[in-house]
Amino acid sequence: MLETIPLSLDEVVAVAKEHFDGGWRLVTMTAVDVGEAGFEIFYHYDKDLVMKHYRLSIPKETVVPSISPVYFAALLVENESRDQFGICFSDIVLDFGGHLYLEAEVRAMPFCKVSVAQKQS
Amino acid sequence: MARTILPFGPQHPVLPEPLHLKLTIEDEIVVEALPTLGYVHRGLEKLCEVRDFNQMVQIVERVCGICSCLHALCYCEGIEQIMGVEVPRRAKYLRTIWGELHRVHSHLLWLGLFADAFGFESLFMQFWRVRERIMDIMEATCGNRVVVSVNVVGGVRRDLSPEQCQWIEQQLIISEKEIRQLQTTILNDYTVKKRCCGKGVLTKEQAYQLGAVGPMLRGSGWAQDARQTGYAAFGELGFEPIVEYDGDSYARCAVRFRETLQSFDIVRLAIARMPAGETAANVEGANEDDTPRIISGNRGGIMQSYNRDKHHSITAAPPPDLDIPAGSLAAKVKGKPDGEAVTRVEQPRGELMYYLKGVGSKNMDRVRIRTPTFANIPPLLAILPGCELADVPVIVLSIDPCISCTER
Amino acid sequence: MFNMTKNVVANLFAKSSTRLYPFAVRGHFEGFRGTLHINIDECIFCRTCQIKCPSQCIAVDNKAGTWTCEAMSCVYCGVCVDVCPTSCLSMSKEHRQVATEKQTMAYQGVPKKKKKEAAE
Repeated sequence: MLETIPLSLDEVVAVAKEHFDGGWRLVTMTAVDVGEAGFEIFYHYDKDLVMKHYRLSIPKETVVPSISPVYFAALLVENESRDQFGICFSDIVLDFGGHLYLEAEVRAMPFCKVSVAQKQS
Repeated sequence: MARTILPFGPQHPVLPEPLHLKLTIEDEIVVEALPTLGYVHRGLEKLCEVRDFNQMVQIVERVCGICSCLHALCYCEGIEQIMGVEVPRRAKYLRTIWGELHRVHSHLLWLGLFADAFGFESLFMQFWRVRERIMDIMEATCGNRVVVSVNVVGGVRRDLSPEQCQWIEQQLIISEKEIRQLQTTILNDYTVKKRCCGKGVLTKEQAYQLGAVGPMLRGSGWAQDARQTGYAAFGELGFEPIVEYDGDSYARCAVRFRETLQSFDIVRLAIARMPAGETAANVEGANEDDTPRIISGNRGGIMQSYNRDKHHSITAAPPPDLDIPAGSLAAKVKGKPDGEAVTRVEQPRGELMYYLKGVGSKNMDRVRIRTPTFANIPPLLAILPGCELADVPVIVLSIDPCISCTER
Repeated sequence: MFNMTKNVVANLFAKSSTRLYPFAVRGHFEGFRGTLHINIDECIFCRTCQIKCPSQCIAVDNKAGTWTCEAMSCVYCGVCVDVCPTSCLSMSKEHRQVATEKQTMAYQGVPKKKKKEAAE
């Protein structure tokens, strides 16, 4: 089973900074739609092939502070989460504004489950 | 100085896949690079909500044609982790063999394309001729050439007979000899060095901070390879990553070339140490399901003979006749995955990560695929500024971009 | 400097690496998944292949006794062959012929009567 460390919204950047200074590599982030409860965002860090997973639970329409100023590599995955789930990140170093994959006319979030899709229809 | 914005891709002679870069150039020097993605986005991750978790094996294989076997391997290991299945040892070795053969053919493909990128077309054809031999091994042992479809949850669908193993070894000896003939050209040739040395330098610190993976990371002096985590049979085989220290395009090329030869050794070692036994385990999850699935990939014995025509100059020796008792490979999949898992394998392009979440239904709740090129694009954006426009194709190709992987 | 020269000379005198298709056709290995075949007489129209197919190219109608496969959607993974309870599906090693338009493999069989009806 996956061992995760809970994370709160205001710790996100501080934890990223701590790992960056500690020589950890950002493997990736994973956004999961958990229905009514909102989203879960996982931060996967790696050092010497040992992985650490942080779990951030947020309600829908929360703006998450971006860690891309710390880890430049996070910019693609944050833009991707914006495209797929509509999770907004503040201050991404290179913000595609939800159009990394999607065309400008697309308004529905393709990876979200029923609750969001209904609202937009 | 006047700045020009130059579109690079999505259609470009050097790019095998549609990557689009907006290059801001001053004279001949690139000052900024911005990527645009989305030309081959298919939303395969979303398909997990409609397809059965067993069917997803075939779907994740199609994320990327070149490393299909490793995608399936990573996915199956994740599901097995969630459902608590112990894969038979023989299946682990078989997975290793096919996975490494995939690495060989992917690296040979890349080495050819890379030679093509700096205009050495003859070398490109020579590498691809060797690759054809590896593709033949795939076809003979897996049933398909590229998307091999041998992994299933619980094990593998095909087995290798002793005769087949022997034939593979023979083929590998010939291929290795042919590759070694090309070694001096790709690694020591004046023109090749002129085009690659010192181009697109990624320093050791940068590589790690920007999250580079695979040959990109190892070319910059980090001895990190997901195979060290011991997935499949690597835990028993032992593994030492290949490292180069210069961090330029040449170092990445050298890493890939040496890894090709290393993979030959791993295949040989795995064949030599492969234990006898079952190739697929029965899968039983927490929830009982009344529809057991029988996997019997091998009803009548595989590969009796090879229909060889006299113009077929690639195969040196036809695989010998053989018979395998039917019904030796059987696995039942019962139950449904419930839980989360993160698995990593080393793809030819670098570390591949899967996050899998099942909620006790036959569909997965979330399948997240972090492919190596996805991780290698930020370093690419960091090394492009400052290089000459004429070097952009070589540098872009030196990360081995796979955009189908990236966008899924 | 002359690394490739040896290779060039060798290639000059060696046999061609390519074949003169269509005069020389490469054979396939035994066990290659080339074409999907069905022995419709043995099919019991259980729909297992339809359910298990990852590309959903198979459609089975158990009332009318038809079995159809969208040949262009098939990905040749061989899962249907593995799961078929009566082993009526098989793969042969030859490729399907090239075609100018999309093809559907359609077979008409005799639907199996239910046990109750058969007993009457």
